Amino acid sequence: METRSDTLERWPSAGEESAVAAKAAAPYMNPYLAGVGLGLVLLAAFVIMGRGLGASGGFNAIVAFLMNEVAPEHAKTREWLAGYFVGDASPLKEWLFFEIVGVFTGALISGLLARRVHVEVEKGPRVSVGVRLAMAFGGGVLMAIGAALARGCTSGQALTGGALLNLGSWGAMLMIFAGAYALAYFVRWEWR
Amino acid sequence: MTAPFFKYGMFGDETSLVIAFAIGIGFGFFLERAGFGSARKLVSQFYLNDLAVFKVMFTAIVTAMLGVTYLSWIGILDLSLVYLTPTYVLPQLAGGLILGFGFVVGGYCPGTSVAAFATGKVDGLLYLLGILAGTFAFAELYPLVARFHTATSLGDTTIPQYFNLPYGLVVFAVVVVAVSGFWAAGLVERAFGAKGVEERSHP
Repeated sequence: METRSDTLERWPSAGEESAVAAKAAAPYMNPYLAGVGLGLVLLAAFVIMGRGLGASGGFNAIVAFLMNEVAPEHAKTREWLAGYFVGDASPLKEWLFFEIVGVFTGALISGLLARRVHVEVEKGPRVSVGVRLAMAFGGGVLMAIGAALARGCTSGQALTGGALLNLGSWGAMLMIFAGAYALAYFVRWEWR
Repeated sequence: MTAPFFKYGMFGDETSLVIAFAIGIGFGFFLERAGFGSARKLVSQFYLNDLAVFKVMFTAIVTAMLGVTYLSWIGILDLSLVYLTPTYVLPQLAGGLILGFGFVVGGYCPGTSVAAFATGKVDGLLYLLGILAGTFAFAELYPLVARFHTATSLGDTTIPQYFNLPYGLVVFAVVVVAVSGFWAAGLVERAFGAKGVEERSHP
């Protein structure tokens, strides 16, 4: 059975405080069971909506919204965000934006039920909090650029396109794993 | 054929946003249940001591794939109405590689970083802000990469269509690969995993 205290033994850098709070956390779900659950949610999206899950598209909507708030003239000249400025509707009136608000809500519900919600920084024992946060930010930047080039992220391409046997999605999925494995050795100081 | 319901006009755009929220709740719930609100759990995939990412992802892919295959076979779901992201070979391969870098450097992907942020992970929040910054940079610099972004277009195409194979055969092959992968994942975890990882992954 996985408990947070087990995890903390392997990565002993986590604070004493979170270790105490984490003692009562429920174990994670069996991965195959969670996978079936996730697969049924994805299937529901296909059947009800005729589209799959996504995440990076929701962030595009947020960026389009923010740019439109700060510099509307400039935002509307951004060719890549043009899809968010059709008609007068807010860029946030977008399916994937509502979906990621749901993701936040669903994760919060699951986390609260399992007593896994606490403020902390996930990192290995050898890296400082500041460096870890900088790496998290940098990883997000890379992910955004990759998802923009690939036309979707792990959700929109790998999961959704994977289930639909989409040619480009399988290509992107294999490269996601290839990229992560290729770089893992060089960033092990961040995690181990 | 009665599905996809939205494409058959069973409800409008406003309702579809409510459904988006509801589907998102299911998505986020199972991501967090699986432990994917934790960067250390996620990156363990790339250090081979906990292959939950592979297991969850491929179980989900197989479940949804078998579901759409069956529902389209019995005539309930019109698969041609399900949105397919068009294939652009080179940008998708290059984008996938950069995504992979971002995954192991930052510890999350976009969906899991939302789950991390929801459960209080400060690094999840920084990752989210990184995504917003990267998206902004891409939108600003798009003219520089526009030609590459639209290069090597193959349109909407699936593996069975492109390689001219029966749909059912490819579905069967994916199931075989996934099940073999699950078996191999157990072996890999026993070889590389920290003591007790296998037991903890299967409560």
